[in-house]
Amino acid sequence: MDFLRPTTWQEALAAKADRPDAVPLQGGTDVMVELNFDVRRPAALLDLTRVPELRAWEMTGGYCRIGAGVSYATVIEELSGPLPGLAQAARTVGSPQIRNRGSVGGNLGAASPAGDSHPPLLAAGAVVEVESRERGVRMIPAAEFYLGVKRSALEPDELIRAVHVPPATGPQYFSKVGTRNAMVIAVCSFAIALHPRERRVGTGIGSAAPTPRRAREAEELLARELDWSAPLDPALAHRFGELCARAAAPIDDVRGSAAYRAHALGVLARRTLTWAWNDYRRAA
Amino acid sequence: MMRVTFTVNGREQSADDVWEGESLLYVLRERLGLPGSKNACEQGECGSCTVYLDGVPVCACLVAAGQAEGRAVRTVEGLADGGALDPVQEAFAECGAVQCGFCTPGLVVQTHDLLARVPRPSDAEIREALAGNLCRCTGYEKILDAVRLAAARKAEGAGYE
Repeated sequence: MDFLRPTTWQEALAAKADRPDAVPLQGGTDVMVELNFDVRRPAALLDLTRVPELRAWEMTGGYCRIGAGVSYATVIEELSGPLPGLAQAARTVGSPQIRNRGSVGGNLGAASPAGDSHPPLLAAGAVVEVESRERGVRMIPAAEFYLGVKRSALEPDELIRAVHVPPATGPQYFSKVGTRNAMVIAVCSFAIALHPRERRVGTGIGSAAPTPRRAREAEELLARELDWSAPLDPALAHRFGELCARAAAPIDDVRGSAAYRAHALGVLARRTLTWAWNDYRRAA
Repeated sequence: MMRVTFTVNGREQSADDVWEGESLLYVLRERLGLPGSKNACEQGECGSCTVYLDGVPVCACLVAAGQAEGRAVRTVEGLADGGALDPVQEAFAECGAVQCGFCTPGLVVQTHDLLARVPRPSDAEIREALAGNLCRCTGYEKILDAVRLAAARKAEGAGYE
């Protein structure tokens, strides 16, 4: 096995172009588990922790551009204001030790349907910035990034540079079902983002389909029927929950049954919409 | 195979013939003779291998050895000042927060970091900080007692009371 350690982004792109079989390594919270348990023996590891630009975030072009190596701890400490949904999700990741190392970029690279970052990125309308030496930068909307269980639109010679997330213009919530508050891989999870200027609500479903996904019919229902100047109609919230549950395609596994996941998703969707709506009305 | 050089508890150390996929935990325990950090789950679930990496607590089992190159690692062995235990270690011993002892090094390092950042943590803050450290013996009550005692002692020592 080779251990590649680029110290600049250009070096990292060159290393990945020359060695498309190299597995990118950031905080190691997924990759090292697979190595420790002999599940994976890549030909090379590409350590990205020495590329300083990956560890920074900036506001640019109306988006918050989060470097692929920005840790969950940093998201919580520094981005709770502009990105409340993502920060809430970050707070539910693993433990303090895991949040010190794990990154949103790594979550995207692993593309697990249960990754906690994905639902809030979908609900907010995030865009993933990927780059290769040969073809330059591609901007991939989060909704088009996830292709299958642990499969993404990332090509073998590409690396994730950053994720661009629009700062919140309304309340956002993330909610997750698990056996305890810490160290939980989601049984299912849900994120919601109100976009009051566009009179639109974004959604993201986690751990209840082969990929993280939006509940598009549920979003369309609210775009059509939500009265932005009135209290939330409980019947509408209920139908929203039902459509979110129907948007999922869960399986039975060790963490929960498909039926439970669908039911719980409906509850999470209804509750998070209610919380967000109450916040929105209070502020208005 | 590669050579890895980094600072451990203030001293520069090297390990040779390190496999590229090897963890920092393995290097510490098996190559550098520092078995304080425990190897229990190897997947970041239990916190028993918690060490400082450049001042930040991490699970050593999830750090690739090569990622530690040139960095500073502080293990549980590096908390005591010569013969004098750190107040966190003293409090764990006094409160009976140690039973089988396997989780103790990780809990001690994680508590050490908590008290450095939050000198007088609330119970909720203690629980949150230690959420990634599993103990299967104590039921955690004595551990919480130890953290509270260490916090009080450190505050005294710092002249706050």
